[in-house]
Amino acid sequence: MKIDRRSFLSLGVGAGAGIALSPLPWKLTDDSSIWTQMWPWTPVPRDGAVNYVNTASTICSGGCGLSVRKIDDRAVKVEGLKGYPGSNGNACIHCMAGIQMLYSPNAVKSPMKRTGKRGEGKWQPISWDEAISETAKKLGELRESGKASTLACILNSDYGTIPALFKQFLNAFGSPNFMRTPSYQDAYEMTLALMHQTDSMAVFDAENADFVLSFGSGIIDGWGSSVRMFKANSSWKEKNVKLVQIEPRLSNTAAKSDQWLPVNPGTELILALGIAHVIITESLYNKDFVEKYAEGFEDWTDNEGNKQKGFKNFVLEGYSPSYAARVTGIEANTIVKLAKDFAGASAPLALCGRGQGTTPGSIHEFMAVHALNALVGNINKKGGIWAMPKPDYIKWEQAKLDDTAREGLKVPRADGAGTEKFPHAKYLLTRLPEVINSAKESPIQALFVSGANPAYTLPDTKAVAKAFASIPFIVSFTSHMDETAEMADIILPNHGHFERYEDIPAPPGYNKPVVGLARPVISPQHNTRHVGDTLIAIAGKLGGTIAESFPWKSYEECLEKTMGENWTSIQESGVITNPDYEAPGWDTAFETSSKKFAFIPGNHNPGNNSLQIPVIEGNDNYRLTLIPYDSMRLAAGPVGNTPFVTKTVSEKVLKGNDICIEINPKTAEKYGLKQGQYAILTTPKGKAKVKTELSPGIMPDIIAMPRGLGHTGIDEYLAGKGININELIGPVEDPASGLDAAWGIKADLVKA
Amino acid sequence: MSTLDDKPKEVSDSGGFAILFFIVGLVASLVVGWVVFPKLLYSQKKQPFDFNHQLHNELVDDGCQSCHFFREDGSYAGVPKLEQCSGCHEEVQGETEDEAVFVNEYVANNREVPWLIYSRQPDCVFFSHAAHVKAGQMDCKTCHGDIGTSTTLKVYEENRITGYSRDIWGKNIAGFKKNTWDRMKMDDCSECHVKLGVNQTSVQTQKGACFVCHK
Repeated sequence: MKIDRRSFLSLGVGAGAGIALSPLPWKLTDDSSIWTQMWPWTPVPRDGAVNYVNTASTICSGGCGLSVRKIDDRAVKVEGLKGYPGSNGNACIHCMAGIQMLYSPNAVKSPMKRTGKRGEGKWQPISWDEAISETAKKLGELRESGKASTLACILNSDYGTIPALFKQFLNAFGSPNFMRTPSYQDAYEMTLALMHQTDSMAVFDAENADFVLSFGSGIIDGWGSSVRMFKANSSWKEKNVKLVQIEPRLSNTAAKSDQWLPVNPGTELILALGIAHVIITESLYNKDFVEKYAEGFEDWTDNEGNKQKGFKNFVLEGYSPSYAARVTGIEANTIVKLAKDFAGASAPLALCGRGQGTTPGSIHEFMAVHALNALVGNINKKGGIWAMPKPDYIKWEQAKLDDTAREGLKVPRADGAGTEKFPHAKYLLTRLPEVINSAKESPIQALFVSGANPAYTLPDTKAVAKAFASIPFIVSFTSHMDETAEMADIILPNHGHFERYEDIPAPPGYNKPVVGLARPVISPQHNTRHVGDTLIAIAGKLGGTIAESFPWKSYEECLEKTMGENWTSIQESGVITNPDYEAPGWDTAFETSSKKFAFIPGNHNPGNNSLQIPVIEGNDNYRLTLIPYDSMRLAAGPVGNTPFVTKTVSEKVLKGNDICIEINPKTAEKYGLKQGQYAILTTPKGKAKVKTELSPGIMPDIIAMPRGLGHTGIDEYLAGKGININELIGPVEDPASGLDAAWGIKADLVKA
Repeated sequence: MSTLDDKPKEVSDSGGFAILFFIVGLVASLVVGWVVFPKLLYSQKKQPFDFNHQLHNELVDDGCQSCHFFREDGSYAGVPKLEQCSGCHEEVQGETEDEAVFVNEYVANNREVPWLIYSRQPDCVFFSHAAHVKAGQMDCKTCHGDIGTSTTLKVYEENRITGYSRDIWGKNIAGFKKNTWDRMKMDDCSECHVKLGVNQTSVQTQKGACFVCHK
């Protein structure tokens, strides 16, 4: 007997037969099929009890009321909250994807102190006690050296208890430098201050308008309360309300409008006056309003006996439709017809604030558009623009001042707002970088930034970075590592947007008083602290009158006491509002000395000078003009896109990591550029590699670039995608207001 | 010596060996398939601590549903959360080590107990307890067996390939079952569905057949 090949074959056959007679192959087949269908690394949502928490969004100022679906303690889905004023049952794309922000692996997890150089990204986690002690120590030194006024705070809003706490802190500390990030609200507030003499907010009865003339406002591109404006736009379609969109680029709003008028960018002011010319010439204006409730329409003689030109003659002499046509590029016939249609509607509404309104714009443009509303008498009327008082529910005792504080508060603001040069401006943050950079020693020695990301959102990023570099002490209260936090010395992270209480008053443009309540949906995921509590703690550490100015143990106590008897109802319904609010009638609406609307405010008469469109930066060597544009799919404010939202951005906007620049095919041909080519974009502020995107929806010789890309911070999913337009564009100071009136910048585009 | 003579001899020799080898191969692989393979396939895991169902069952009024209840929205709560237990177990009761572990490690630290769930199914299936227990009037035992009278928790055997409990396939590696609760595979569901003529459409998908259960 010999063991040979056959023996082994037999062994194999036997083994095969044995295996086939065992459950092994069948069980393995079954298991591997389960394994391939249910990859073990695919996350499976945990089962649990479903519950909902109603809250309001703090992601942006848009004012979405939200209902967050939770499974046990985990937030899983964001839906619109039914009945919430404006957004009523719907939510914007950023709110809906906000869960990703909440559970972002890149959230700031504890207080941190910078260890490397500024912007190097080297941080050391420190305890809350250390962080607050160190901040208070630095601030204390500032006060001791008589520099209390050099503390500045930058926030994205000046309504609500959080901004109020910062203002209280600055007052008690002794600094006038509270700053709100710029937006069209600055220009509207100033317009109302000049023409109504009221300290109020411009709000719009958009749902009841029957003709909407938008001077570039991105009605469905995120302007105002975005969801509310989407709904208003839908209701206009149902009711056959005409929307005329005036802007040089075929935005989503323009594409969905009834009439798109591509206007030479920056000339909207002249167009508004051209329309006014037709309304006046054809006597189409509301005589009741203009004659009884307005002043400055006809020429007048002032107290000193000087003759002053009224609005009527100012417009008639300087802004005929043919002149307006020459400047704006819109035919005179079109202007005449537009004016007649506008004045002929029963509730015509003219709006301004380009795109999402992140740049204030020329004050004269706002005043001219507001004058159109005044001509047709649609101020404080159904379907018109209303001047609504600012929220006034915060009634705290004023900050207690010691001598240092009193001295500090006498110092003029660093940004020049409210000074002799810019008496009407409240905040001029866009001027601050230049002020700091041209000073020997920075007039700002310490900076608090909360809810804002000026290092990203302010124009001329390089100048902002340079200015920040010369501020010795920067504290960021961010919950995500944004561009401003990258430049900070200490980060005192706030709770995430679904982890904290906060009152959310006055959704922009909404014409009823609203105070929403953001509340904790989940408990804080990291070692963060409510910014209100942090501020109270710093004040406590500083002691003296500063500590006395904060009589609350916690932010929650502060909020509860501020809300007073409304605390219970706001907790139950998530919002306090007054749906029956009506704007005051014409007889009581205006606070001018004559109690009338001022077409030309006494202290703001342009006289015989014609109004100029703001001149943008760049000489004639630049062959093109670059304008920014906004999209709902790109968060251009302090908060960046979440990965979900970035997935929705078209390849015509962002291709891979390359940003696409819209250029008219004719212009592209003229300069030898083709679709999808790499090109070098140059402006007086900088240079960037971009991709060309040929689009007949942009006027010839204009190129457009989206806002909201080119982050260096926030998280690795967003950083490095595209270019931040603020690197390529600088502020343009409106000579009349000091506000940023930049609508573009001269540029050149050549094949890379 | 002729080569022709030798050959048949050799063949017959190796033929005996071939049978022997066949048997060895057969037996060895049967042992591997029936004995070794199940041991290799499943890893043995212990629950965080032991639990006595019988003891608790005697103390509650409403049987299984006292702890494994339906939520207000009709969904099934499954394994109780810490919150339910800590009502009674704020302090250590009795003298068992398991009780001490539960109270000191979980109740005191407000930590959910990471129970290993014997009946956990893949996520591709939609299963409604309400449809079976409330509408179908089935009792817990039909699928889960006599767990309510158990005094200790058995070892959790986890399938190294799929990650699911051995109880889904069943203790018997060949897949045979004696009782309805011995297995929880799709065939076991469909056996009952076929027997009872369940052919209604899914509430979620509005579709019948596979889509009654599969998402």
